[in-house]
Amino acid sequence: MSSDASVWQRAREPGAAKLSARVVVRAALVLAAAALLVALPLLVDDYVLSAILVPLLALSLAGIGQNLVTGYAGQLFVGAAAFMSVGAFAAYDVHLYLPSTPLLATFAAGGLVAAATGALFGLPSLRIRGFYLVVSTLAAQFFVEWLFTKVGWFSGNSSSGVITAPPLRIAGVSFSSPGGHYWLSLLIVAPLTLAAHNLVRGRIGRGWMAVRDMETAAAVVGVPVRASKLLAFAIGSFYCGVAGALWAFAYLGTVEPHGFDLDRSFQILFIVILGGLGSVAGTFLGAAFIVLFPIALDQAVAAVAGRSVDPGLLQNLEKVLFGALVILLLAKQPAGLARLVEIAWIRARRFAARYAPRSRS
Amino acid sequence: MSFFLEVLIGGLLAGVMYSMVAIGFVLIYKASGVFNFAQGAMVLFAALTFVSITERGVPFALALVITLAAMFALAIAVERAVLRPLVNAPPLSLFLATLGLAYVLEGLAQTVWGTQVHGLDLGISDAPIGAGAVSVSRFDLFAAATAASLVGGLGALFRWTRAGVALRAVADDPLAAIAVGIDLRRLWAIVWGAAGVVALVAGLLWGARVGVQFSLSLVVLKALPVLIIGGFSSIAGAIAGGLVVGASEKLAEVYVGPLVNGGIETWFPYVLALGFLLVKPAGLFGERSIERV
Repeated sequence: MSSDASVWQRAREPGAAKLSARVVVRAALVLAAAALLVALPLLVDDYVLSAILVPLLALSLAGIGQNLVTGYAGQLFVGAAAFMSVGAFAAYDVHLYLPSTPLLATFAAGGLVAAATGALFGLPSLRIRGFYLVVSTLAAQFFVEWLFTKVGWFSGNSSSGVITAPPLRIAGVSFSSPGGHYWLSLLIVAPLTLAAHNLVRGRIGRGWMAVRDMETAAAVVGVPVRASKLLAFAIGSFYCGVAGALWAFAYLGTVEPHGFDLDRSFQILFIVILGGLGSVAGTFLGAAFIVLFPIALDQAVAAVAGRSVDPGLLQNLEKVLFGALVILLLAKQPAGLARLVEIAWIRARRFAARYAPRSRS
Repeated sequence: MSFFLEVLIGGLLAGVMYSMVAIGFVLIYKASGVFNFAQGAMVLFAALTFVSITERGVPFALALVITLAAMFALAIAVERAVLRPLVNAPPLSLFLATLGLAYVLEGLAQTVWGTQVHGLDLGISDAPIGAGAVSVSRFDLFAAATAASLVGGLGALFRWTRAGVALRAVADDPLAAIAVGIDLRRLWAIVWGAAGVVALVAGLLWGARVGVQFSLSLVVLKALPVLIIGGFSSIAGAIAGGLVVGASEKLAEVYVGPLVNGGIETWFPYVLALGFLLVKPAGLFGERSIERV
């Protein structure tokens, strides 16, 4: 947010004529980054694609949803996974009962059903605040898990209990390879990320932040507090729902309620905390950390011990380190990884400015 | 009718357990305004430590002393490593820090003591005692009596000791409490220690029932609706809430569950709590907040 503010400030500086060159460089950088993202499947192997990048994109999307509700609108929300599972099951059911629906439409349907559910469970936020809201969202968590386990209709009454995700095919193009999964994820996540990025700077996003910072004051200056909250729950759940469908279809290849349990909700919450509350870009950093941390720890322990270690022990060790890191980060840098990267970037620029040749400023 | 009574009493006794976890929670909330999600992990940590020590041949009383010492050491560590660096942090950050703390405690307990299920025998038989047509487990009565004396002890502590008066002062107005010279950090350590003791008692009683294992940590999920119903800052509320949740979830499971395939125990307390919230947002015994701009 702040970096873009400084771009606008610079645009009003006297030497604005030179700006066009800067804009060109910036646009070129953005294009290069986009090209790199699209070309990534050609550069990395299938393991990285299907075990790291696809879950990373899906979790980031869910993280954005969580961040919209918690980071921007300030509503405590501990059931992101519930809305992911609503999205996944809704998308699957649309595919199951209306087989001719195009793939992207099933994702949208998943998101919309999750949004409606999110608004429903967000209703108590009109009357209660703060920690009490944890209960409302946890109610969603447990109720939804129970519903999808007990009611067979949602999983098409399949006798084996195993659900196979629909073939990933858009307008005749198959997305079933690991690279295809990645491209499909990118195709869904990138526009939604841009949308969220713009949303939080508009009237709606500013209203959310006003509600977050002080609800009573926001109401006094004319922010529609109730509508803002419900909208935050709906849009946040929409993101979670699409993310859940993506997680089920592109990553797991199956839909099952227990994949969306309370631990998954905490995981999404941690993504947002680690990445930075109120930072869309930080969400991706948080998701990257969540996905890479266990893998890195696994490698590190194996390298130190010289052999593979008991996975149960490793899992507990991971929990200890992870919990300690969360506490450390909250104490040292409450604004999360996003702020750490920002600080590093500022330092790097300062460093460059000090040692760069002075002739072309 | 006797079946109904048995279900009711069984539920009430389960509710006693929920209340105990909720009480530890209320203590911490009153003293420091922290929504302590790690209370369940503390139950697990305490019970697992106790069981593992006794399994290594340490006598019961000594093991109890060692575990109590461990819980107080933990309280001091939490005050140093979590509460102190996060002074003046927003409540959300503190809540998330306790979520991190829960991970640390669960991981630590299971790294040190292993992940297997431990049996725990407190030497009290589970034999039913009959009273007319209704029979109640002797162990459950013992658990209820223990919980009652624990609550009585805590109540006495807070009414008549220096630390108790300090706690009530802090709960009333933290700034005024600091101004009259109450050492908030010391008080936090004491309160987290007391919550640790409550966690130990809850862990032993519950552990003797279902075995000492990871699921003890999940009790916190039952304690949340209890707190909502009872109010965050009232011990009496925690007890009442625990009994309401315990009784109603068992009754619901037995009488409503079969109609909808069962398993509604996981979410029923939450829906009940939501209902309470919509009618009485501050809980049965909670304080209403007034907000100024």
